[in-house]
Amino acid sequence: MDTALAALYLIADPYVLFIIVLSSAFGLFVGAMPGLTATMATALLVPITFFMPPVPALAAIVTASAMAIFAGDIPGALLRIPGTPASAAYTDEAYAMTLKGQAELALGAGVVFSAIGGIFGTIVLVTAAPALAEVALRFSSFEYFWLVCLGLTCAVFIAQDSAIKGMIALFLGLTVALIGLDNPAAVPRFTFGVTDLMGGIDMIQAMIGMFAIAEVLRAVAAANLRLPPPKPVSGPIFKGQWLLTKKYPVQIIRGSAIGTLIGALPGAGADIASWITYATSKRFSKEPEKFGTGHVEGIVESGAANNAAVSGAWIPALVFGIPGDSITAIVIGVLYLKNLNPGPTIFLEKPEIITALFTVFFLANIVMIPFGWLAIKSAKQILAVPREVLMPIVLMFCIVGAFAINNSPFGIGVMLVFGVIGFLMEDNGFPVAPVILGIVLGPMLEQNFVTSMIKSDGSFLFFFERPIAGMLGVTTLAVWGGMAWKGLRALRPVPA
Amino acid sequence: MLKRRTFLASATAASAVAGLGFKPARAQAAWPTRPVTFIVPWGAGGGTDQTARIVASLLEKDLGQPINVVNRTGGSGVVGHAAIAQAAPDGYTIGMITVEIVMMHWQGLTEFKDTSYTPLALMNSDPPGVQVKADSSYKNVKDVVAAIKANPGKLKASGTGQGGIWHVALAGWLQAMGLKPDTVPWVPSNGAAPAMQDLAAGGVDIVTCSVPEARAMLDAGKARSLAVMSPGRNPAFPNVPTLKEELGIDWTISAWRGIAGPPGLPANVGAKLVASLDKAYKSKDFQEFMAQRGFGTVWGDPQGFAKHMAADDAKMGSVMKALGIAKA
Repeated sequence: MDTALAALYLIADPYVLFIIVLSSAFGLFVGAMPGLTATMATALLVPITFFMPPVPALAAIVTASAMAIFAGDIPGALLRIPGTPASAAYTDEAYAMTLKGQAELALGAGVVFSAIGGIFGTIVLVTAAPALAEVALRFSSFEYFWLVCLGLTCAVFIAQDSAIKGMIALFLGLTVALIGLDNPAAVPRFTFGVTDLMGGIDMIQAMIGMFAIAEVLRAVAAANLRLPPPKPVSGPIFKGQWLLTKKYPVQIIRGSAIGTLIGALPGAGADIASWITYATSKRFSKEPEKFGTGHVEGIVESGAANNAAVSGAWIPALVFGIPGDSITAIVIGVLYLKNLNPGPTIFLEKPEIITALFTVFFLANIVMIPFGWLAIKSAKQILAVPREVLMPIVLMFCIVGAFAINNSPFGIGVMLVFGVIGFLMEDNGFPVAPVILGIVLGPMLEQNFVTSMIKSDGSFLFFFERPIAGMLGVTTLAVWGGMAWKGLRALRPVPA
Repeated sequence: MLKRRTFLASATAASAVAGLGFKPARAQAAWPTRPVTFIVPWGAGGGTDQTARIVASLLEKDLGQPINVVNRTGGSGVVGHAAIAQAAPDGYTIGMITVEIVMMHWQGLTEFKDTSYTPLALMNSDPPGVQVKADSSYKNVKDVVAAIKANPGKLKASGTGQGGIWHVALAGWLQAMGLKPDTVPWVPSNGAAPAMQDLAAGGVDIVTCSVPEARAMLDAGKARSLAVMSPGRNPAFPNVPTLKEELGIDWTISAWRGIAGPPGLPANVGAKLVASLDKAYKSKDFQEFMAQRGFGTVWGDPQGFAKHMAADDAKMGSVMKALGIAKA
């Protein structure tokens, strides 16, 4: 009860509420701009959250990312360009509805079911995270080692176009993670005598580079910076949404549940959740032939799923410090900056902040409905902002953010280098998310392996001796075995 | 308020690094005439940062100029400590130095050591405790010692990274009992909090971190503190005895934090700073703030601080050499 009151006190602060309103507007804007993603919205918030106490800082990230995922639907429906990759799965469907004169229904479904999916994901987060933390308190380095292995595996094999490219990206991240002094033996590695490199490569600086600078570079490289004028939205947006809710209850729950689960899996976030649930929706639909012709069913399901994934991703991030998606990878960095080290102990040490965070999740998904309505109504104005104005502003925010992490110009250099790497990778079809996962999980992998070996006096058997560790270990080995089997079968020549 | 200060901090740091900074102004009798940068080599929100921020706010009130706290993190404190030592000695850049400065140079991580600064004031010192899991069979520190002696190498300890302060604390304690410093193998961790969690999870047997760092787990009933490596008991934990009381050995150690400037700080600036720091230390604000967090307070004037660092430097050097982690 004391915790709830303390949390309420933290949230009811007008400053926090003001931040929620501002970051709603910010998230909606960034999400609605094609090319600017929810991850980028979070990365751009870093320099601002830097000057805030923990609760408003986290509130800003939660609100902005949830809003951005919804707002990605707006240009999808009106321009046939998804605002964020999380809306790409059903962009054609939504645009087809617009052509049929149902833009209001499509966008209304986007906002209403995004909010419902987000709330569903939040309920799972609120119930699952503390329970999982209670279990995780009994985790030692053996269990963490296997969890990290599973997380790294997810990065490679969940819905990447090419597992090889995913793996190359992951190993690039793991290699970057080797740099610096903060390894179990406290020996400087790859520092070349440079004091700044002793701290290693900062994950947030690398992320700002890969997600935001790379986008600035792409905008510069792209010839056409102007968007075509969007289709107008005139009618009522919420009309008919209640009917949809009654018509598709199974789709809503299924989309939310799958979305939350995919969000919670490391390496996969809202975009993958939305592709997968759009597919399940079509597969189990009574009218699959209508999909692609401007049918709302898939939008209901995957619109709920991508927002559920945003909440779901926080479960492993808070409990284990393992990011569920690229947004929570930044969140983990911000948590460390605020001295709120993620892990099961955060639920013991800062329960009021956790409760306040959960409340923010509910608030953000509720205010999504009125703010979303506003954003849809002002879509024309938002989409008219010229990119040659926008991109320099983005660049400025990036520089401030990278500098602010440790008040060193070195960080700006790190950001720029990773921006170029990210640009080149995307240009050649390499996913960048596994790089980030590698940077975040690499030190955890090494730390937990080395400390486990010290504790077990060099015996590998200890990795299977503790019951939970044994279970996780067997699961990991089974997944690897399955992957190897699949790979070998693919290599075998097909009999003629 | 906070926003303005941090913004100014970034702005001044930015202009300095961009090469727009002026030549170090000759320190005048009127010092300070502009904002002072206060470098913290550790991250925002941690114990060092919290201590630095309360000291900075008290200095600000007393000196009448903004004191901008700048966290120069990275490289296990190397980066920030170097930034303080290399700043222009004009009184406009000072910082908080921590026990790591008498440790890192032994490992060959930096050339800077205690004599690379103008010491101003020692303000805080936190001795480590000997923490075990709440349901462990060790009732007191004597039980722990008996177990260590019965099965050398079996018990594992943690609390910080390899060669960190709590590792040295453990090794020195073992040496003081006539045991080899690696009788209890060290499991490196990313700080005290993960080590305490691993203790509760049964991954390690002993954690030798400071009592304020262990507090959350102690209060949650997941761990117990059996002894403290200080000359006297901690007033916040009066039931935890000292090593001397329990084992009759003289090993004491602590993680300390003090204020220092670059070498060659003008005498008038130093005198003004020391007077102001003395006032801050004696203030109710500082004492209450530290007591609330369980942080130990101790005062050392420039000479006392320098002497303390020199003694600690020798102590760290001998233990770290015995551990085989010192380069020299």
